[in-house]
Amino acid sequence: MTELSPQNESIGVLQQSLSPKRMALKRFVNHRAALLSAVVLTVLIIIVVASPLTTRYGINESIFDAKVRPNQNLAPFNLAWFGTDGNGRDIYSRIIFGAQVSLMIGLFTAIGSVLLGTLVGGIAGYKGGLLDDILMRVTDIYLALPLLVVLVIVRGMLKNVDWVTAIMGETSSVRFLVILLTVVGWMGVARLIRGQVKQLKEREFIEAARALGASSSRIMFRHLLPNSVGQIMVALTFAVVGAISAEATLSFFGFGPDAGSGMTSLGLLIRDSKKAVAPGYWWLVVFPGVFFIILSLCINFIGDGLRDAVDPKMQQEIK
Amino acid sequence: MSTEAALSIRDLKVTFKTLLGNVQAVRGVSLDVQPGEVLGVVGESGSGKSVSFLAVMGLLGRNAVVEGSAKVGDTELVGANSRTMRKVRGNDVAMIFQDPLSALNPVHRVGAQVAEMLLAHQHGMSKDAAAKRAVELLDLVGIPQPEQRARQYAHEFSGGMRQRVMIAMAIANNPKVLIADEPTTALDVTVQAQILEVIDRIRKEMGTAVVLITHDLGVVARMADRVQVMYAGRVVERADVHSLFHHTDHPYTRGLLGSQPTLGRERLSPIPGAPPNMLQPPTGCAFRARCSFAAPQCAGSIPELVHVRLTDTACVRAQELEALV
Repeated sequence: MTELSPQNESIGVLQQSLSPKRMALKRFVNHRAALLSAVVLTVLIIIVVASPLTTRYGINESIFDAKVRPNQNLAPFNLAWFGTDGNGRDIYSRIIFGAQVSLMIGLFTAIGSVLLGTLVGGIAGYKGGLLDDILMRVTDIYLALPLLVVLVIVRGMLKNVDWVTAIMGETSSVRFLVILLTVVGWMGVARLIRGQVKQLKEREFIEAARALGASSSRIMFRHLLPNSVGQIMVALTFAVVGAISAEATLSFFGFGPDAGSGMTSLGLLIRDSKKAVAPGYWWLVVFPGVFFIILSLCINFIGDGLRDAVDPKMQQEIK
Repeated sequence: MSTEAALSIRDLKVTFKTLLGNVQAVRGVSLDVQPGEVLGVVGESGSGKSVSFLAVMGLLGRNAVVEGSAKVGDTELVGANSRTMRKVRGNDVAMIFQDPLSALNPVHRVGAQVAEMLLAHQHGMSKDAAAKRAVELLDLVGIPQPEQRARQYAHEFSGGMRQRVMIAMAIANNPKVLIADEPTTALDVTVQAQILEVIDRIRKEMGTAVVLITHDLGVVARMADRVQVMYAGRVVERADVHSLFHHTDHPYTRGLLGSQPTLGRERLSPIPGAPPNMLQPPTGCAFRARCSFAAPQCAGSIPELVHVRLTDTACVRAQELEALV
């Protein structure tokens, strides 16, 4: 940051100024698993995002006409690297299309629950008192609701209520899943951020800022939020994994995105593989499963790396 | 006291509502600080010296009840709404704290934090102008290479340098009053002297009234024009600094002076006992349980400040003690 000059050296001014962001980045890069995961995930995301270029067949396209040659449940070979399913479709291409939907659900749900959680947790932690109590008890109530029960209730009972449908869309749409998972997924973030804000609020620089005339909103947006960004990023990462896994769980039980609409997701692909176990079509199980595990592990490791990188207790170690 | 006081406090009382009962931390403090003057406020821990000024700034928690009056110019601060307080803080009255190590935000550049003070109070100031002024302020408080330093973060500063930054932030808007709550306690002695020098220079150059809260009588002797000694939430003695050190009339002040190390004296004589429990403050003179001159009449009413010889003293026996010592 600062220019090198003999004058600087003579009175011992630090030559390089490290911002907290840069220090966090440095620590993150030192975390090998996280760095490797970041590289792998980036490659996966590029493949998934560039899907028409990277896939070999359409999502519901048979690899070749069944009249010419049987195309169902073929083991991996050069025309279908990961084999084909019971409809003669290319597993490799379908994994990429499915991952697109899964990642979308994961990302939107994570953003939704982090926004909601940060808002609730931030207000509870900053205001304290009765409002804090009320908000945290509401959080507890939400935590007590099991995902599947909420799902069954929402699907079964509110399906025909117009305004619910208007907000959440059809029960098998991506929007429905994102909203549902957000509603049951924001509480962890709220607790985390509340704790963080409560802790920060006691720090002397907040009092000093107040003593020098900072307003509440200034303290929130200039002091509390920037100091919580690390934690929020970590929460976001883990929320993505949580949402992707939840989508897979729901799909497995038949509550996922609608397979009939021609869409697929990682969860749906894994669900399809149920039929493959008895006849021994291992590729139907292994490839979607392994892809799902790699994706989850990568994001988890990145979350770990981020957490270590932003943990203030580690800050002393940085050279 | 001819000029208009920069800060004027009348009969300030602070009570904390706690589970054990009401703690009467401050029980009627009055004082005036003139522009360009340094008022030293001394006392043991728990004597209410910090609490008085935190109350004036409206920085106490919800369980604190503040009564009385504190005026900066014409603005009444006790009971003022948060909008008024926000305008006053940093603009008319600024406060710096004991621990500069944790008083700066770790994620913003130091220059930006100083500039933020300017932007918060001076509407219409451009960001560039604020950044430029921030560098000037850092220069003013004696930070070498202010342009480069402004781009660094708090963790790259030493304790003394951070306190300088705090001072730069505090004086950014030319406050009438600077309240320094033990500004040098966390710093080593050589740095202490430099920081005091900075405060003194600002007082001279900007005509700021300074309230110096400390338990270090050495700092008071060096810096203050006038001194108030506090005990158990009340002012027990008030005098100009020379009179206080040489002609004190209050047994407590005498005790404080006796417990300071001095060259040539072999033993320190600490004040026996501990300050009273402010849940149930004693009737009469709060110091009498620890006072070697205590007499039956000390248990009567709480003594008021009375002018005795060179100081204002709150001791009913001050006149007699004069003869005794």
